[in-house]
Parts: sequence; structure tokens; C-alpha cells
Amino acid sequence: MTHADPTMRKVADFAPALFQSTEHHLCSGCGHPVAWRLLIEVLEELQLVDRSIGVVGHGCYTQIITTADVEFLQCLHGRAPAVATGMKRMLPDRAIYTLQGDGDMVSEGLAEVLHAAARGESITCLMLDNGVFGDTGGQMTAATTVGQRTKTSLDGRSEQEHGYPIPVADIVASFPGAAYVARGAVDKPNAIARTRRYLREAFASQLAGEGFSLVEILTMCPTGWAVPTDQGAQYQRDQVESTFGLGELRPRSTT
Amino acid sequence: MSDRGTVIMALDRCKGCGLCVPVCRPGALAMTDERNAKGYVLPQLLDGCTGCRACAEVCPDFVFEVYRFETTP
Amino acid sequence: MTLVLREGYDAIAAAAVDAGCRFFAGYPMLPFTGLLDAFARELPRNDGVWIQADTEIEGANMALGAAATGARAATGSTGQGIALMQETIAEAALNELPLVVFNMARGQQDYFQTTRGGGWGDYRTIALAPASVVEAAEHTRLAFELADRWLTPVILYGDHMIGFTQTTVEAAPDHRGATEPDKPWALDGSTGGTGASKVVWTWRQGKHNTPGPGPNRHWQHVADKYDQIATTEARHAGRHLDDAEHVVVSFGTTGAFVDYVVDELRREGHRIGTFRPVTLWPFPSVTLGDLARSAPCRQVLVHELNAGQMIDDVRIAVNGAVPVHAIGGVSQDESGMRQGELLDVDTIRERILAATEGARR
Repeated sequence: MTHADPTMRKVADFAPALFQSTEHHLCSGCGHPVAWRLLIEVLEELQLVDRSIGVVGHGCYTQIITTADVEFLQCLHGRAPAVATGMKRMLPDRAIYTLQGDGDMVSEGLAEVLHAAARGESITCLMLDNGVFGDTGGQMTAATTVGQRTKTSLDGRSEQEHGYPIPVADIVASFPGAAYVARGAVDKPNAIARTRRYLREAFASQLAGEGFSLVEILTMCPTGWAVPTDQGAQYQRDQVESTFGLGELRPRSTT
Repeated sequence: MSDRGTVIMALDRCKGCGLCVPVCRPGALAMTDERNAKGYVLPQLLDGCTGCRACAEVCPDFVFEVYRFETTP
Repeated sequence: MTLVLREGYDAIAAAAVDAGCRFFAGYPMLPFTGLLDAFARELPRNDGVWIQADTEIEGANMALGAAATGARAATGSTGQGIALMQETIAEAALNELPLVVFNMARGQQDYFQTTRGGGWGDYRTIALAPASVVEAAEHTRLAFELADRWLTPVILYGDHMIGFTQTTVEAAPDHRGATEPDKPWALDGSTGGTGASKVVWTWRQGKHNTPGPGPNRHWQHVADKYDQIATTEARHAGRHLDDAEHVVVSFGTTGAFVDYVVDELRREGHRIGTFRPVTLWPFPSVTLGDLARSAPCRQVLVHELNAGQMIDDVRIAVNGAVPVHAIGGVSQDESGMRQGELLDVDTIRERILAATEGARR
């Protein structure tokens, strides 16, 4: 088909209208753009487009701030939950969220996210977890799983040499101040559908004033993992999902 | 049997990752040896599309616009 | 005018609230902790937000986030903690965000930190150095005004002495926020979806449809702005300068001691004056340079309680017109928390006389 036929009904647009460009510089097979799309879809669905501010850390995903037509503040590596705290306290009726990678949140910014969760800060922290510092070439982070290949763990992360990953979402899920915590993925359609729901729940939780919310989204980085792009999804399932379970780690309280 | 759906593909921005192929349940997508101006290999649409949107969901490069037919042609 | 007896910490916090400050976050460290406590008392009862952050870096970033929404926001610490905030201060400068930073210092060893900064990039920070509690309260109001006027961080270099001294100050009249300008750059979410949504970003590349100047042009603009500030916002205080042969330069609370000594020496007939930079940056170089080049001036003496930091700026200003000598030095008390023995009028008097009588021969 090269043109639209009147008997056809469109069921999926190329991209949300809020993206000012459908071109980006992320690698072939990168999972981040799928997560970007889910975030923007949920903001649209919940009518938060003109009532939200994203605090974005440093990583390949940062490019969203030049593309998506919503307000952003690009902050220092790791510091997004603290910046978001200051914003939310001044603008309590807006949806304030962070967008960070695992390097940003789990390595550099571990103190920030744990302290914000402990305070029960009414912000939504989003972590795109591919287990590498993609933007600097694919080095290991504090979230890289044992056996995962990265530029600084070419034979796979070794317990003896590199220690173990820090499961921030699981830790935060145990905090009384955390109202909703989930871990999703973007490797296949049903995971994507669930992740979209997790994002919806997290923002709804913030708007209801329930406390801190966090959604970790596993994304593929075939470049950092040194796998062919069409094997990225399976590598993620074998290597990352096997360590970090998917699902709602702390569902919203129904009482 | 007629297809229940179809896609329009913006292949100039495809990066040939191949993630769309395994998620298409009817097997209506396959990679070819064709390349776009950027040098990436491209998918092609075969018979059997149901308009389920799986390809559009997983595609990192916004290549797919998905349609369903209102009546089977 | 109503006068009240206030400790420096309370005077500063009251002045900040009066100036419209609505957010403060910090982490305890002596002698800053008293200011953290004072804001904890003042802000919540004045519709403001106070957070004890779990790290200095978090406190500074919380304040940066609040400032990005257009609120008058502040953070603070002591020099050792301000050291941790350097990246954040630079980030605020390069983002052109108004952020007030209170350094309740342990002494005068933070001059380089305050004026050079330890962050990245071509940025400066306006720095005010009050010599008294009264001046600290005035500078607090001025800090928020300058931060908003120029969209930059402003550091107030206070210290242990200002914090703990009780004195009479004017009870703050309630003109909260009266001088706040419009802030069209502030984020509140509302431009989302308009095609012109705002981004706060030190690289200022803008959006795909509304590109920004990009890092190079933006950083040139920021540097140009600081050049402009340098020519318009320098402030100083001086005494007995009309016919002074020797000028003693000092900053902060040390200045009050130097003024006391020089007033005494003047009464005894010595032609000595004092010059006190009120803004450490922009350093009042033009005024000091003109003074050094004026006919009576034969020597500039620098009294600071450190190994020689402000003296670099004095030498740049004097530019070889007359000799410049250091008459201060490192001087903390045995706890390391406050100024030491050199902050004493008899000692200062001896050193000034030794330097001026030596010059006479």
C-alpha cells in the first residue's frame, strides 16, 4: 500500500503528535524510544501535557527534551529526584516526574532516589534500565546484572570482581513512603502494554497524593551489550529479566 | 483469505533492527536485502497482516502506521 | 521604625522571608546550622517550604528545582559544605537560575571558593560579604533582588560571628516579594503542547521546532552577562580615604575590627584609611585601582584571615601602582570553627603600625 484507502481505519499513528520529530539519534534496536512514547502517551491520556514537568538526567534518553513538546528541566547526573522535590513543593498540583537511566539513578544518584522515596515525596521517578552507561560508550553501572556484557565487563559482570547489582525498585518498594513501584519492559507487545499501565498507575498515584512512585523500565541496548540488534530483546529477557522480576513490586494501596 | 489489516512504513527512518519481525504473530514481516539511504536493511510486509499493531508497539523508530480494514475487501 | 534584638541567624531568615523567599533546603553543619534552624522557624509560618535535606548536594538541587518554578529559593552551608555544592551552583549559573546561597563560614578561608568557584564553565557568582548583622540582613534582601535581576546565583558570605551575634535590627516590614520581577522563563507545565514548550537546559539547544542558541552561543551570552554585572554591581565601603597614605583592605566581619582600629589611628593623626569590598565578586577593582593611583596613596595593606586569597584581587586592581602587603594570615581558634587570635584589635593595630611605620622610613 502506498496511500490510505477509505475503507481502512487507522489504529496506530507513527508517533504521538507531541513529538516534533520522528527522527532521533539513538541506536538501532534501542529500547529508550519505546519508553519515551509510552510516557508521552500516558501524559496525553491523563491530560497532563500542560500540567507536568519532567526532570531529565544525563543519558541517551535526554534527547527527548528536544523532541517532545512538554516542559523539561535537564539536571545534573543523579540529582533529578532532589530537583523534582523542590519543584513539586512549589507546584503541588502539577505532575512532576524524573526521567533517568540506571547509571544516573543507581550509580550517581542513589542517595537522591532513596531519600526522596523515604520522605514519601509526591514525585514519580522513571528509570530506563539497560544496565549500561550508554551515552559514554556502554560501561557497567551499579545496576548491571551478573553475567551481563558491557564495555567494562566484556566477559560479563563478575561477582568476585565487580560485585552485585543494586535493585533500586525492590529496595524502594519496601519503603513506607513509596505508594507505587513497578518494573516493566519494552521488549514485546504485552510487556509494553503492561508498562503503559504501570506508568498510568504511577501518575495517578501521584495525583491522588499517595506518596512516592517509581517505574523502572527495562530497555534494550544492543550496542552496549555487543549483541546484534535483533537479539537485543532476547538478551534482555535472558540476562536482565532473569535477575529483576517484572510486575508491580508495590501496588497502590486499596484501603 | 484476505488480510484484515495493513501498515504504511516510513522506511527512510528504519534502522533495520529487526525487532518487528518476531513480534508479528501472522509472520507478515520479513527482513529483506533492500537498504535505505542510511544503509539499513529494511522489512517488507507479506500477506496475513491483522492490524494488531505489535510492530508499531515495539518499533524504536516510529516506522509503522497501522490500519485495519472496516470490511474485508 | 521598630527595633528588635535578634541573633544574626534570625535576622537573616526574617529578612529572607520579608524578601519573598518561599523555599529553603540545607544540611546541618556548624556554624551554618543556626541559619537552617532559623529558616525552619520562619518559613513554614510564612507559607514557605523548609526541608532538611539528607545531603548538601540534595539541598542545593532542591533549591535549584524550586527556583526553576520562579520561587525565590535558597540553600546554604559552611564552606566545607559549599564545596559539595559547587557543581550545582555552576549549573544554576549556566541555566540562568536565581539561587541564593548562604555561606555561614568558619572564617575567611572561603574567599577563593566564593569568588572563583569550583564548578565548571565560564560563570561567576555575585558574592556579598557583610561585616555585621545589620548589613547581613540588608544583603539578604539584596541577594534575592540581584539573583532575580541578573538570573544568577548569589552567595552571601556570612560567618560564625554574624550568626551568633545578637544586635538590634529593624523588625522586617511586611513587603514580602514587593520587588519580585516577572519571570517568563519559569516552568509550571503550562506551555506543554503549545508548540513552544519551555526547557531549562545548560546547553540551550531548544526544541526541534524552536531551536535555541546552542551551548556555544549560550555560554558566550552568559559570559557577556557577567561582564555586564562586573561593570554595574561592584560595591564597597571606605573610611578616611580622602588623604590616606596607607589603605587597609579587608572583607566581612574582619572589616569591622579594622575600621575600629583605623578610626583610632586616625584620631592619633595617622593618615590611614580602610577599603572594604562589599561585593567580593564583582570585586570593586576600578575604585580600588583609582584609589591606589591617587596622589596620597603610598601603600595598600591587606588584612584577611587566610594565607592570602583576596590579596590576589587587590594586586590585580592596584596593578603595580603602589606596593601591596599582606598583614593577616591563617587564624582559626583551636576548635577550627571560628576566627582565631588575629581577629583582635590590639594585634591588628600592631600590624598596621609595623607596616605603615616601616613604609615611612
